[in-house]
Amino acid sequence: MENIFTGIAAYIKGLLAGAPPWVQTLGMGLMYLVGVLAFIFLNAIYLIYLERKVSAYMQQRLGPNRLGPHGLLQPVADAVKLLGKEDIIPRGADKWIFIIAPVIIFIPAVMVYAIIPFGKGMIPVDLNIGVFYFLAVASTTTIAILMGGWGANNKYALLGSMRSVAQMVSYEIPLTFSLLGVIMLAGSLQTSQIVAAQEKVWYILLQPVAFLIYFIAATAEVNRAPFDLVEGEQEIIAGPYTEYTGMRYALFYLSEYANLVSVSALAVTLFLGGWHGPWLPSWLWFLIKVYIMIFIFMWVRWTFPRIRIDHLLSFNWKVLLPLSLANILVTGVGIKIYQLLTLGRW
Amino acid sequence: MAVAREDLLTQEIELNMGPQHPSTHGVYRALLTLDGEKVVKVENIIGYLHRGIEKLAEDRTYTQVIPYTDRLDYLAGMLNNLGYVQTVEKLMDIEVPERAEYLRIIMAELSRIASHMIMVASMALDVSGWTAWFPPFRERERILDLFEMTCGSRLTVSYMRIGGVAADIPPGFLPALEAFLDDLPQMIAEMNGLITGNEIFKARCQGVGKIDLETALAYGITGPNLRACGLPFDLRKARPYGIYDRFEFDIPTLNNGDSYDRFVIRLLEMEQSARIIRQAMAGLPGGPVMAKVPRVIKPPKGEVYHQIEGAKGILGFYLVSDGGNKPYRLHIHSPSFVNLGALPRIAEGGNIQDFVVNIASIDIVLGEVDR
Repeated sequence: MENIFTGIAAYIKGLLAGAPPWVQTLGMGLMYLVGVLAFIFLNAIYLIYLERKVSAYMQQRLGPNRLGPHGLLQPVADAVKLLGKEDIIPRGADKWIFIIAPVIIFIPAVMVYAIIPFGKGMIPVDLNIGVFYFLAVASTTTIAILMGGWGANNKYALLGSMRSVAQMVSYEIPLTFSLLGVIMLAGSLQTSQIVAAQEKVWYILLQPVAFLIYFIAATAEVNRAPFDLVEGEQEIIAGPYTEYTGMRYALFYLSEYANLVSVSALAVTLFLGGWHGPWLPSWLWFLIKVYIMIFIFMWVRWTFPRIRIDHLLSFNWKVLLPLSLANILVTGVGIKIYQLLTLGRW
Repeated sequence: MAVAREDLLTQEIELNMGPQHPSTHGVYRALLTLDGEKVVKVENIIGYLHRGIEKLAEDRTYTQVIPYTDRLDYLAGMLNNLGYVQTVEKLMDIEVPERAEYLRIIMAELSRIASHMIMVASMALDVSGWTAWFPPFRERERILDLFEMTCGSRLTVSYMRIGGVAADIPPGFLPALEAFLDDLPQMIAEMNGLITGNEIFKARCQGVGKIDLETALAYGITGPNLRACGLPFDLRKARPYGIYDRFEFDIPTLNNGDSYDRFVIRLLEMEQSARIIRQAMAGLPGGPVMAKVPRVIKPPKGEVYHQIEGAKGILGFYLVSDGGNKPYRLHIHSPSFVNLGALPRIAEGGNIQDFVVNIASIDIVLGEVDR
């Protein structure tokens, strides 16, 4: 079980062994892409089902239960329905921007998976600047949301996309700073090394404050309640997605759930020991931990009301940012003291 | 280089919020003038649900008007029934049997609780507290079941009649009611745990949409919204109608007059209504539920004004009779309409998110605003 995925990868590599090097690189790249896409789609589709079931559980309802056993086929029906919907482009819309925005938002959502270690030896691209790459790519999501909101030529969409810019640009800073503590401890930006460094002690124990900051900032970063101001239904209908229909709308949602999985996966990689765990295969451990994180995200979403935009920003700049800076300082001092005690030198 | 705010070209935008919008609680439209997200000016635009109920009443017999009153504040149909039939009874000097009076109190207070439940649920929803929508709606379902047991309808009840009520309560009603009242405190505790004490909810509502007592009185705001400003004015105590003078209950008041207080006061009023119902259940006498009234209702020539404490404020009926079997003129003073009039004043200066909270907190029902 442990080597099921790495085995497949090695087999394909073996098949390509005789081919020229560029074919090998291309083939393996395609294989990783297909693997990641399959992972994203399967997760995202069943996350929608999971979200409905979790919210139903919290609200004393049953949730989807008609289609298939326990409503398990509901996501399929939803997908078919969305595919069959008329694709409407508003007359006043900035046509090309409106059309490509949902595609563009999906690109960073897929790209960030490149550095996620899904299990032992299961990392698509082991970049030596992995965490930095993740943050850099993830931050471009804002542009796509702004494009969608601007292109739709709708006031609600514009308000939503403006909120998204204010929110994401602000929350990226404490998000990055919260990860710095872990990077200082591990001494590397490479996700595989960060996971390897957590074999004995998970970084959540050494960096609890950073984990908390990361959790809050990540909630804001992926637009989930209580920070779902971008699509605040009660105020601005669906924000930037107001005018979107059918598959374009579905792409936004797909990328949103893909982002949810990726920030959960990063949390697992950096704070919860990655794929480390006894007895079970490493990739299963990774999945279990990711789903625990996702459940906590959902729990928060279905419990808290939405925060107000000015509170959101002042909380970020006045609480999270100083706290994350203080965390870096304490971590740095702590590392030096540890070195002094164990090695007897700075 | 510092850029002064004046140097930047900023423009106010006008935003039509409604009539199709998730948080306008019906087909209400607000024309907002926005400076960024800040609401500079609010203009109420109503009339999307105008059905001409006052005019329709002129062409129906006095009894036939009762179903129309259900459609005013459709969340508290019993209270509208009560206001109307008491107006006609006042004009005709009809004595209502004791049992009917008690049943009316029970139904009216149940209606009030149901209406307040909608308010707390939808206000929680409007700040995106999705889960808090469910406890009030779960319990409200039981009130509607009680109504259904008694008169066959859940919302548009048409239960009250001129001279009494349409039907006696069926067996099983009182135990079910008792069970509901026993469970009500638990629902209120659930709401308090989930929403009322939540930091984000407090931050969203406290100090938002503040209105002081003088301004509230100047705008003619009544009901829970006025009591949230600190004035213990309740028609059930101030000018008791029916048999309200026989019951013991308090008028809860809060002092801040903000959205948060308008929310909390509904929860407090539910408890008081439950108290009234318990007393009415204890004192429920036997006997008929209809007075002997003529088959064709023909009030004497004249005019009458009667008002009751509705779920949203003072609900008044002005009735002119020309001696025929149809009202010559019926005018309805609806609390939602008056309360909505103060919304521009309440909402100006906040942002869009505050505006949504403000609409929810003054608790409008468009059926009553437009009539």
